[in-house]
Amino acid sequence: MDHQNMSSEITVPHHQHSDEEFKGRVRKTTILLSVITVIELGLGLLMYSTDFPHWTDLFIKGVIAILTLAKAFYIVSIFMHLGDEIRNMIMTIAVPLLLFVWFIAAFLWDGSEYKNLRNRYDKTKQEQLIKMNTPVKGQDTATHHLD
Amino acid sequence: MATTAVAKTNWWSGGKSPFNLEYGKLMMWYFLMSDAFTFGAFLISYGTIRFSQNFWPDPNVVFNALPGAGHANLPLAFVSVMTFILIISSVTMVLAVHAGHNNDKKGVIKWMIWTIIGGLAFLSCQAWEWHHLITGGHAVLTDGHLDVVGQTTRVNPWGAQVHGAAITEALSKTPHDALVKLVALNDHSQTHEQLAKLSDAQLQGMINTAELHVRETGPVAFGGFFYGITGFHGFHVFSGVVINVIMLIMTQNNVFARRGHYLMIEKAGLYWHFVDLVWVFVFLCFYLV
Repeated sequence: MDHQNMSSEITVPHHQHSDEEFKGRVRKTTILLSVITVIELGLGLLMYSTDFPHWTDLFIKGVIAILTLAKAFYIVSIFMHLGDEIRNMIMTIAVPLLLFVWFIAAFLWDGSEYKNLRNRYDKTKQEQLIKMNTPVKGQDTATHHLD
Repeated sequence: MATTAVAKTNWWSGGKSPFNLEYGKLMMWYFLMSDAFTFGAFLISYGTIRFSQNFWPDPNVVFNALPGAGHANLPLAFVSVMTFILIISSVTMVLAVHAGHNNDKKGVIKWMIWTIIGGLAFLSCQAWEWHHLITGGHAVLTDGHLDVVGQTTRVNPWGAQVHGAAITEALSKTPHDALVKLVALNDHSQTHEQLAKLSDAQLQGMINTAELHVRETGPVAFGGFFYGITGFHGFHVFSGVVINVIMLIMTQNNVFARRGHYLMIEKAGLYWHFVDLVWVFVFLCFYLV
């Protein structure tokens, strides 16, 4: 396997996978991504068709989010070849994104807090809240159902 | 990677890339990081507003259409198709880059063509989805009367459901044009012009309030976030397709064969995978959570 004309910046040539080995990795990763997607869709439809209590819904959504992160990991590591880079390089991508996790958690928590504080202290919101507690998730009882 | 050579190298001694990468590729990675933060910020702001609301439309009710399936209720069906299209186009891109490593010009051309087709297919699907949402008519109760609206950046037709007496009362206060639209929702035997000639009382008589699905207007923010974020993503898909077409033409014209390497294809590949990655998260945030 001949190497490409390396630029002078590269010290150690990137590991060249054999053709067969590479095609195998691509096929396995594609199947894995498809299976994870199907599982996510299955869980989504499960939440739609079954009336779970709020905490179960939240748990399932958490599982789906983790599955999505797994998909992201495989796409970045294998399709984008980040897994083949040296450790320093991987860190410049991974560390800022880990900080990002805190960004996500903080703002979603804040958003929930806006709602909770408003409901607790805003008198006009009290009646809206009572009205909200009767229908179920805005699900249309009159549209055709899957069954 | 030859691990002993990697371990022995002093990466920061100068005269070489400390990340063992060609400059262009490194810069593409950092551009993608900045883009990731931009999309991330958009999605996080969507999450913040969405969770700050007592009521938010159920995506399984909003996004339940499939082209060719008429009014069938098929949540998650169309968006699955779109997700798979993009994943497969990512796979064909990987194969194009791999063909480039092997200096296989014909292989690069073949797989780039498939990737471009995938990108165009995705854009067509997204265009259909937008069109369906914007032009779809839904009966809403707004300002004490009924109206028929689609999903735009100014109005959302998926608020809390309205039943019984409230509908009849609002119907009596509904202006003529809205009455015509309401009748046309379920009655396709006459055109809008023909219906417009009928009187208000006649039109009201043609509406079955027991079967009419009426909702209050939902959170306005829904439209802005949905069209803004999917639009921004669609713009990236479009620019990705343009870049891929340029890559295809350059490959065809032997630009890379002359250079001796297909590194440019790799960089375009990184961008394309990023576009796929963003979609995976958009799909999660808007359709599943």
